[in-house]
Amino acid sequence: MQKSSFFTTTFRETLLRDRGGAVLLSVLLLLMIFIPLLNLGTGVDNPLHVSTYTVTLLGKYLCFALLALSLDLVWGYCGILSLGHGAFFALGGYAMGMYLMRQIGDRGVYGNAELPDFMVFLNWQELPWYWYGFDHFWFAALMVVLIPGALAFVFGWLAFRSRVTGVYLSIITQALTYALMLAFFRNEMGFGGNNGLTDFKDILGYNLQQDGTRVTLFFLSALLLALCYALSRYLMNAKFGRVIVAIRDAEDRARFIGYRVENYKLWLFTLAAVIAGIAGALYVPQVGIINPGEFSPLNSIELVVWVAVGGRATLYGAVAGAGIINYAKTWFTSILPEVWLFALGALFVIVTLFLPDGLAGLLRRRKTAAPPAAQSQSGEAAA
Amino acid sequence: MNNLRQTWQQLQQGMRRDRVFDFIAENRMPFRGQGHMALPGVVDVSHGTLLYLENVSVSFDGFRALNNLTLYIDDGELRCIIGPNGAGKTTMMDVITGKTRPDSGNAFFGQTLDLTRMSETDIANAGIGRKFQKPTVFPRHSAFENLELALQADRRPWHTMRHRLTPTQQLQIEETLHTIGLLAERDRPAALLSHGQKQWLEIGMLLVQNPRLLLVDEPVAGMTHQEMEQTAQLLTHLAGRHSVVVVEHDMDFVRSIARRVTVLHEGSVLAEGTMDEVQNNPRVVEVYLGE
Ligand SMILES: Nc1ncnc2c1ncn2[C@@H]1O[C@H](COP(=O)(O)OP(=O)(O)O)[C@@H](O)[C@H]1O
Ligand SMILES: [Mg+2]
Repeated sequence: MQKSSFFTTTFRETLLRDRGGAVLLSVLLLLMIFIPLLNLGTGVDNPLHVSTYTVTLLGKYLCFALLALSLDLVWGYCGILSLGHGAFFALGGYAMGMYLMRQIGDRGVYGNAELPDFMVFLNWQELPWYWYGFDHFWFAALMVVLIPGALAFVFGWLAFRSRVTGVYLSIITQALTYALMLAFFRNEMGFGGNNGLTDFKDILGYNLQQDGTRVTLFFLSALLLALCYALSRYLMNAKFGRVIVAIRDAEDRARFIGYRVENYKLWLFTLAAVIAGIAGALYVPQVGIINPGEFSPLNSIELVVWVAVGGRATLYGAVAGAGIINYAKTWFTSILPEVWLFALGALFVIVTLFLPDGLAGLLRRRKTAAPPAAQSQSGEAAA
Repeated sequence: MNNLRQTWQQLQQGMRRDRVFDFIAENRMPFRGQGHMALPGVVDVSHGTLLYLENVSVSFDGFRALNNLTLYIDDGELRCIIGPNGAGKTTMMDVITGKTRPDSGNAFFGQTLDLTRMSETDIANAGIGRKFQKPTVFPRHSAFENLELALQADRRPWHTMRHRLTPTQQLQIEETLHTIGLLAERDRPAALLSHGQKQWLEIGMLLVQNPRLLLVDEPVAGMTHQEMEQTAQLLTHLAGRHSVVVVEHDMDFVRSIARRVTVLHEGSVLAEGTMDEVQNNPRVVEVYLGE
């Protein structure tokens, strides 16, 4: 069979089987076409105009959606409940933030071309070695995938080989992100401490305040979400994905028919971390800041809620969950900021109790009389 | 440089002794087993014996589940293991498949593969397949997909990312579905199958995995009489090309398939021989058949 026909048939089969994905990709395509048009191509007083504020807000949601997608790969498909997944997002964000810091050059408050402002403030004389290379975009881009990927690889290697699973794994992932948060809070670490990295000026020579740059970043976020979605869907539809689900449902069985479970978990976990890192790198230039708060365990837990609400092991459910909850959060926090956390907690409880398959499960149940997931659950109960 | 290598070796040795770091010593390289490529076909059976269990003991909190168990299985043999509940039959299978490590004794597959030092995955890939006492299939996968996952093939992630079934493999799966009577259930999630169907599906998974040695733990539990007969036929048919070890309670079933029977009692072999010999053995009558 020819390579090209292999991929086109795979692609066609994939789209036919994956209604939710087809809808998602269409929406992303429309956004990629119309948002730039409605922002750059219309005047401010045009009723159809989409403000740059809105574009950036949407771009932010897309980054969160990408992050949720990556958690769905490990949690939804493989049952690895990572409660520290935000760490990979933050690391990708820091790698991008370091590049953006270097781009400031002598335009900082202290006018020091050699050192970022916060280092001048700390009386540092020279750039720490681990900042070398971040003047170059290609280097930073490499680090965006390498650092989260390498951390996930090492962490996963240790955890999966010693067969840490379930709640223990969740706890150590949570500890991981907590430890990173404490480390990044320290000024001596050289990542801007409490304040993090901010006051960015431009990226690849383009002013970050300009509409064109913002729209481009939005466009890239949508594009990467679409690409990562397609890649994830391909992998989960391949035999690889069936092995992953098999490991989730009956790990011992998978081992006894000869699958090296720890390697599967390791590669999936690393891939997810890389996607999370990319999401973080796209997020930082749009929001203009990265600080240790992004490592907060609470962020990772919120992320789990997005995926649970959207529906696990569907990919598009995670994307929808991230979008809907973050939209609700924006809305809530502007009106009733104190209520948000309670609302989120209540939502999580309701979904866990009444909608184990999330919103995606609800849709599926409406469409077909007997949904596959719920069916097999009752089947297991009966057996 | 030499120094470095020495330190590394010492480190490895240290890790080998330290049980906490077992996982490091066991599989130093991803995708590779214990130095030898663990593939079916390299099992050394030049002496005609496929499985050696010698003086194997396993204790759980002081309780001896296996007590100096010695047992040999010939290449191509069909062996039945019987024994009262708690005799250690499942524990024996756990030792063979690497799930439980013996406190003492040897377990060899062929003359060269030391099962006590191999991981479950290595053992499976060396050619030992297992059906659990409680049927264990992948509940969310269809019957077809369960077989696809078990089908003998390259198990590495990079391969499964690009793998597509060849028409031959497709046919093999369909044929197996036919053999185990699940063709009509081809696309149903395995969780929806009846208990007996799950047993069959698990046997089917063993078939397509094509192992050298099949360990079958209580295969006919929950089956109708007719299903039992079919299972007996299937297992007898398998012997010769494969070695089969069947643990079973049902005496009629054992009688219908067994040429050689081993009776386990309190973790060691009580008697061995044909069904008639075993049944007339006074010690066996006392502890088991006479109850
Ligand atoms: N993981 C374990 N921990 C403690 N005791 C166990 C464990 N596995 C088996 N046993 C005990 O070992 C004995 C042998 O069990 P098993 O091998 O399952 O017997 P059989 O399969 O012959 O019925 C039983 O008394 C059982 O309670
Ligand atoms: Mg048993």
